[in-house]
Amino acid sequence: MARVELINIQKSYGSVQAVKNANVVFEEGSFTTLLGPSGCGKTTILRMVSGLADPTNGDIVVGGKRINNVPIHKRNLGLVFQNYALFPHRTIGENIAFGLKYRGVSKSDAQEKVRHSLDIVRLPGVEDRYPQQLSGGQQQRIALARAIVIEPDVLLLDEPLSALDANLREDMRVELKAIQDRIGVTTIFVTHDQSEALAMSDKIVVMSAGVVEQIGAPDEVYNTPASEFVATFLGASNLLPATVAGRNETGVIMETPEFGKTCVPVARSITLGDAAKGQLMIRAENLHLTKASITKIDSANAVVEAVDYQGQLARYFVRIGNTQLQAINMISGRPFSAGDKVNVSLIPEECSALPANDT
Amino acid sequence: MMQSDQSADKRPWALLSPSLFAITILVVIPMAFILVYSFYENVDLAVDRVTFQFGNWQEVMTDGYYHTAIWKTLRLSVIVTVLAAILGYIPAYFIAMTKFRDKWLLLLLLILPFWISFIIRTLSWIHIFGNQGALNGLFRLLGLTDAPLSLMYNEFTVIIGFIHVFLPYMILNIYVSLEGIDENLEPAARTLGATPWQAFREVTLPLSMPGLAAGCLLVFVLTGGSYVTPLILGGPGDFLFGNLIYDAVVSELNWPMGATLSFTLLFLLGLVVVLYSRLMGLNQLSKAFR
Repeated sequence: MARVELINIQKSYGSVQAVKNANVVFEEGSFTTLLGPSGCGKTTILRMVSGLADPTNGDIVVGGKRINNVPIHKRNLGLVFQNYALFPHRTIGENIAFGLKYRGVSKSDAQEKVRHSLDIVRLPGVEDRYPQQLSGGQQQRIALARAIVIEPDVLLLDEPLSALDANLREDMRVELKAIQDRIGVTTIFVTHDQSEALAMSDKIVVMSAGVVEQIGAPDEVYNTPASEFVATFLGASNLLPATVAGRNETGVIMETPEFGKTCVPVARSITLGDAAKGQLMIRAENLHLTKASITKIDSANAVVEAVDYQGQLARYFVRIGNTQLQAINMISGRPFSAGDKVNVSLIPEECSALPANDT
Repeated sequence: MMQSDQSADKRPWALLSPSLFAITILVVIPMAFILVYSFYENVDLAVDRVTFQFGNWQEVMTDGYYHTAIWKTLRLSVIVTVLAAILGYIPAYFIAMTKFRDKWLLLLLLILPFWISFIIRTLSWIHIFGNQGALNGLFRLLGLTDAPLSLMYNEFTVIIGFIHVFLPYMILNIYVSLEGIDENLEPAARTLGATPWQAFREVTLPLSMPGLAAGCLLVFVLTGGSYVTPLILGGPGDFLFGNLIYDAVVSELNWPMGATLSFTLLFLLGLVVVLYSRLMGLNQLSKAFR
């Protein structure tokens, strides 16, 4: 178990900068997720920590020791690959014991450790089988067991759930987190799946195009996105160009043609600074539709253009003037249908203020 | 349901029938003629008596000359196979692992020699090892020798010739096997604590065995059945079993003996294939071609 620090990490492939000047601290025993679309540099960071790629610049510090020049096999890190990478010619027992061989663990101790790690991943008694005899979810557990049996300083997970089907993925998500809690190993988890990141992490590092956009707890990143990218990548958001109509002790007053003046709390307008223009961000689930006859404060009249019915939820596309907005509402009674005239309302405390879109 | 099952059962045979037909007409029937010939009696040059006798077979079984030839063939085939395996693994590994974008170019270079007749490729060694060849020229130039060294027409040049011609088969087989290995396995072994060499030995090498085994079998059988290379590059003592067949058929015009020797070689090499696939597991071999 160890704290991991990335200091001014850079990685270039020729003229392409895969990671630009990343500074990230992974606290000891924490579960940190690197989240971003493919090609954002998250896997590159994982590969650099594991030693499979060398940083062009910067330092990687694990447990207070700079490990840039430590060869892969001496780093004592457990890496779980997206496709599991189990050795097909070895039994499950041999797969898990593979790393123990190089750590001078005696045969009987190794057997015991293998049994124990299989218990942890809740797949006891499969030592003598071969990887291809197990299902995808089971192989996933074996890959995890193989990584944790060596008692690594850091556990690195490279999209470990993405090859599983949807139901299994949610089960494994819960289980993976439970295992991590139990053994308490510092974990770096790479994913492009925002719900995985939100559900599992102590801290999320949101990345885009090689740049760290925001680091924070899941609710922090979700509720107070630091940039437009974070706002749109996580969840469904509406971003409305706004002018700053004033500032007071409670917050910033953002004025939009659609909703008039909205007072956004100070804590939710940090990145706005003292700009005169910005964007009002409203989460789709924070836009509430009611019948047009009921008029609330901070609301606007709108027309439902399309409905995406999802059972307990409905996603509405509504139009206010020239602006189309998304709203995700619980359905009570009958959902609205396309063409309905509705009233759309927001709660200012749930909105955020972001810098203006430069482009 | 029943009907579709039945038609599905017959479909493979229907698809195979053109090749089965070709094999029957072009291989099985001619070989049956050769088998029949092995029971004829050769009375004079190119004069055979149609009969049914085991004289030829008895000669092959009892004459030590033929046994020596079998032993020589076996020995040389093993040497060529082992050397080709070692020399072939390195380029195969390189081509499979390289991040070079135009990998197809390397593979093209590998099969490029096939565009030139292998007899011409074999003959080209005369220009290197011959008395007037490049090596002797170099030695003379450096003042190492006065008279040309006799480097040609020995077992060494025969081995060189074989490896030269058969190495691409070995490389391609190993390459196919290596190419099929999950590229994350070696990194996985590395992160678990294996050095680069340990990771290769524990993961890549065993997983490439099917291709290595297939390549070895191919080179062994090709070497064991050849006669041209020793004819061109070997001395009088460097003959293989195939050369005896050539002599019997072409020089002595003793077709019944040639037929007998042909079937002897076919049987021996067939036996190697059967034993080998028993030992290695036939499915191991088929994996290499998957």
